[in-house]
Amino acid sequence: MRRIPVRTLSFLAGLLPLAVLVEATFRGTLGANPADALINQTGLWALRLLLITLAVTPLRRITGWRWPGKIRRQLGLFAFFYTVLHFAAYAVLDQSLDPGAIWADLWERPFITVGFAAMVGLAPLAATSTTAAMVRLGAWWPRLHRTVYLLGVLSVLHYYLLVKADIREPMIYALILGALLGLRLLPRPWLRRLSPLRRQRMGTPQPVPRR
Amino acid sequence: MLIKRPDPIPPREVTSEDLYKSRRRFLQQAGASMAILAGSALWPMGAARAGVRIGSPKHSRFSTDEDLTSREDVTTYNNYYEFGTSKSDPSQNAGQLPTDPWSVEIAGEVAKPGRLALEDLLRPQDFEERIYRHRCVEGWSMVIPWIGFPLASLVKRLEPTSQARYVEFTTLYDPKHMPGQRRDILDWPYVEGLRMDEATNPLAFMAVGLYGDPLPNQNGAPLRLVVPWKYGFKSIKSIVKIRLTREMPETTWHEAAPNEYGFYANVNPNVPHPRWSQARERRIGEFFKRDTLMFNGYGDQVAHMYKGMNLKRWF
Repeated sequence: MRRIPVRTLSFLAGLLPLAVLVEATFRGTLGANPADALINQTGLWALRLLLITLAVTPLRRITGWRWPGKIRRQLGLFAFFYTVLHFAAYAVLDQSLDPGAIWADLWERPFITVGFAAMVGLAPLAATSTTAAMVRLGAWWPRLHRTVYLLGVLSVLHYYLLVKADIREPMIYALILGALLGLRLLPRPWLRRLSPLRRQRMGTPQPVPRR
Repeated sequence: MLIKRPDPIPPREVTSEDLYKSRRRFLQQAGASMAILAGSALWPMGAARAGVRIGSPKHSRFSTDEDLTSREDVTTYNNYYEFGTSKSDPSQNAGQLPTDPWSVEIAGEVAKPGRLALEDLLRPQDFEERIYRHRCVEGWSMVIPWIGFPLASLVKRLEPTSQARYVEFTTLYDPKHMPGQRRDILDWPYVEGLRMDEATNPLAFMAVGLYGDPLPNQNGAPLRLVVPWKYGFKSIKSIVKIRLTREMPETTWHEAAPNEYGFYANVNPNVPHPRWSQARERRIGEFFKRDTLMFNGYGDQVAHMYKGMNLKRWF
C-alpha cells in the first residue's frame, strides 16, 4: 500500500475542527447560544494550532523525528486561518460588521486590542511562509518569524483577559505555552537526553528475530 | 396580547413518577425515611423536585408579550457557578441537590428572627406568572415565564424594624451536592442584596417555578430572586437566608471584582463592563445582537428609584 504523505494527513486534520463546527451549526447542536459557541470554538482552535506549531521544534529536538518539520508551515497557516475565522465570527455575529463598533471595541477593550494585535502580527508570518519569501528575506526571515513567541503570549493573554472568574482553562494554555518556550532555552544535548527513542536507538542493538 | 397560560399541573408531576409507579421502592424509601427521620430532619424525600405546588397562577400586568425563550434553553443554558462554570454544568450537576425539606433563616432587622419552613413561607402567598426579560452581565438575554410572588409582600410579612435599609440574601452552601463550591472560584456562599426600596418595588419577584412547573434545580430551586431590571447575577438562587440590614451588604461578585461588578448592577447600555460593552445583547434563540434597553426596558417602574444618582459611579 502506498503511504499517505504526512502533509496530506495534517491538512485533513487541520480542516477537521472547521468541518465539525459547520456540521454542528447546521444540525443545531451548538447549544442555546450557537453564535458564542462559534466565536469561542474558532478562537480555541486558533490558539491550539498556534501551540501545536510551537511544539514542532521541541518535538524535533527531543525525538530526532523529521516529519514534524515538514508540516510546521502548514500548521502555522492553519493557526492563522482559524484566527481569521475567529475574528470574522466576532465581527459578523457580535458586531454585525459595524466598522464603528469594531473600531470602538478595539480601543476600549484590552482583550480585543490584544487579540487583534496577535492576528495582525500573524499576518506577515503567513504572508512570508513561502519558500520564495524565505529566500528573499534571507537572515531576516528567522528574525521575523521569531515574533511568533510574542504572538503566542498575546493569544493566551487575550483568552485570560476575557474569562469572568474561572481562570483554569487559560492557565492550562499558559502552562503549555510556558513549557514550549522554556524547552527552547534548554541546551540541545539535554533535550536529546529526554528522548526514550534516542536511548533505545543508541543502546544495545535489538536482536533480529529469527524465522 | 396573547400570553401562553401554563397548564394546571397534572397529578403525575406532584408525586414524582418513580414513586408513583414503584410501590415497592416507595415502601422501602418510606421505611428508610422513617428510620432516619428519628435522628435527622434532613432526609431528602423526593429526588430532584422541590416540594412546591404551583397550582394555577394568576397573570400579571408586568408580563411582557415578547416571544418566550424555549424551555430547553432556559433550563440548559445557566450560570450557576455552585454547579460548575460552564453553561451546561448546572443542568448536568444539579439533579441531586435535595430541595425538600427546605427552610429559610430570617435574620437581622426584623420583628421575629428565626427559621421559616418553605411551606410556611409560601402558604400565604398567591402565585402569579411573570414573563420577564432576563439580561445576563455577559451580554445575552432570555424571556422567561416565572411563577412566584412579589418580594414586597414577603418583606412586609417579615415586619422590618425602622433600622432596616437593605435586604441581604444567601444561597445554600453544600459542597457535597454543589461541586462548584469545592473550589474557591467565588467566596462561598453566594450573597446578594437589594436596597429596601428596590426590594419592595412591585417588579422584584420571588420565583418558585417557571414554565408552569416548580423550578428545576439548575434554575435555583426551590426559591430564588428575580430582579428583571438588574443583571442576572443579582437574581440569587436557592435562597437559605434573608437578612435585613442597616448597612449595604457585601455581595459576592462585587467582592470578587469591585471594579467590574457593582452593588446596583442595573442594566445600563451606557455603562460598559470594563472588559466588554453592554450596549447590545444576544437574545438566546437569535443569531445577531440587539440593542440593550436602559433598566432592561423597565425604566417606567424603576427609574424613579435612581433619580439624581450618578449611574456611572454607582454601576
